Amino acid sequence: MSWETFLWTTLSIALTFCTFSFLYRDNPFYKFSESLFVGVSAGYFTIILWYSGLVPTLIDRIWVGQPWWQIWGGKWWYIFPGLLGMMMWFRFSKKKGWISRYPIAFYLGIATGAAIPLEMQNRVNRQLADTLVAPNFSAGFVAGVSDIIIVIGVICGLFYFFFSVPHKGLFGGVAKIGIYTLMIGFGASFGYTVMGRISLFIERVQTIRDWVRMGFEGGNGMTAVVWIFALLVVLLVLMEIMRHLRKKATQDMA
Amino acid sequence: MNFFERLSLLDRRWVYLILAAVVVITLLIKFATPIRINPEVRSIYDFVEARKPGSYLHMAIDYDPGSLAEMHPMTYAIMEQALAKGIKIIMTALSPNGPGMAEQAMLDIMDSVRIHTGKQLTYGQDIVFLGYKPYPGIVILSMGQNYRLSFPSDYYNTPLDSIPMMKNVINYDNVDGIILITGTSGVDFWISYANGRYNAPLAVGLTGVMAADYYPYLKSGQIFGLMGGMLGAAEYEKLVHRPGRAMEAMRVQVWTHMIIIIFIFIGNAGYLISRRKGGVR
Repeated sequence: MSWETFLWTTLSIALTFCTFSFLYRDNPFYKFSESLFVGVSAGYFTIILWYSGLVPTLIDRIWVGQPWWQIWGGKWWYIFPGLLGMMMWFRFSKKKGWISRYPIAFYLGIATGAAIPLEMQNRVNRQLADTLVAPNFSAGFVAGVSDIIIVIGVICGLFYFFFSVPHKGLFGGVAKIGIYTLMIGFGASFGYTVMGRISLFIERVQTIRDWVRMGFEGGNGMTAVVWIFALLVVLLVLMEIMRHLRKKATQDMA
Repeated sequence: MNFFERLSLLDRRWVYLILAAVVVITLLIKFATPIRINPEVRSIYDFVEARKPGSYLHMAIDYDPGSLAEMHPMTYAIMEQALAKGIKIIMTALSPNGPGMAEQAMLDIMDSVRIHTGKQLTYGQDIVFLGYKPYPGIVILSMGQNYRLSFPSDYYNTPLDSIPMMKNVINYDNVDGIILITGTSGVDFWISYANGRYNAPLAVGLTGVMAADYYPYLKSGQIFGLMGGMLGAAEYEKLVHRPGRAMEAMRVQVWTHMIIIIFIFIGNAGYLISRRKGGVR
């Protein structure tokens, strides 16, 4: 295990503690880690966007070895999407902001044209066709019953969102089954969400454990870093307890 | 004020502390939790197993460090299985902070396969990483025509035509399937564009938060497999007989979920008792 890896991991563990400290209360350590995260993400994204997007798909296609003032020789027609991209920056001008509407209109036109037919076909028509099917008992009794429940659930759920008629009588009963179906769906999503959030915490604890192991197996220097780190955490916790006790004593005296 | 009412007024930080204690204790104590394999996870495993050596698989690594906990175990398990079988992998990352995730996974897995199977993998012959491009919808559509439209060169700036394993690969027709591991809504683009427009066989590994929303696509056959969160990752690790962080995490999940259920029960009981007494409405 190299020192470089160990120190980077130590930094990530320190930032994890800074972030989790928010669960206790807002504090400068949390603010620091939050600001660092936002800054690093923005910087990383900008560089990635430049070197993965703009350079290979625009600049390298226009300038293929020729001097920068000479656009012919490469795929010079790429200058037009480049100009459209530059026009977007007029968003920041109050007077010339209208210029940015042209590339937006261009982009919206292409995106809408590409998206609407495919979205309708794959996320509406296909879903409808595959929902309203005859129950398939040949795949097993449970599968057949499941098909029936899905059809009933979908129809009742749609009834619930039909607000032109009062939800009373038979219609109200069907809508009620619809809302129960929705609640079961939300429950399943909530269960998965809890698992997801806990997973994130477990992974951090696993990383901290591995870092401690790494420190104790990596020789005296790394072990010392782990102990100093642990001491710092304990000191911070003790300082917070003392502050809390002093505050409570002041309140009692008052 | 009775017991339930007092508990319902408990400072939420105690709940965090109890959960943290349960996570730490259950991680330190070693015990196994039974993991049942669901058909939607097995279908991905069977698909990879059925591939012949030399066939191609597209791994779309579309997640950020924020969802690494659930996504990395899936990526590692699938890619190790595929590379050990001699399947060639084309990797892309269409999430802004995804390239770091994909590169880390690729390098780790190449090492891991060498250690476990003795197989020396070569970048450019067994695996290639094309990198990141913005606007996932447009990139997914363009890869259906030709990978070179969006990725004239790979992540390390090597032209695609100079990479041995990419010489005969034009578009999705040349890959056996796409396995998407994602924590973003970009999954909709993959379903509508890669599967819907180009009929590319697609399987997905999703975060727990997203998983429940995508089961309808499994039923309609638009995706042939689905791994949901840490559970999906643990099931896959079990299938490939490579217990990792996900399988270990499942025993922690069991206990934390029990604690959460107890808290929900106490909170609701406190609320109902208060309401009966004419307190909270």
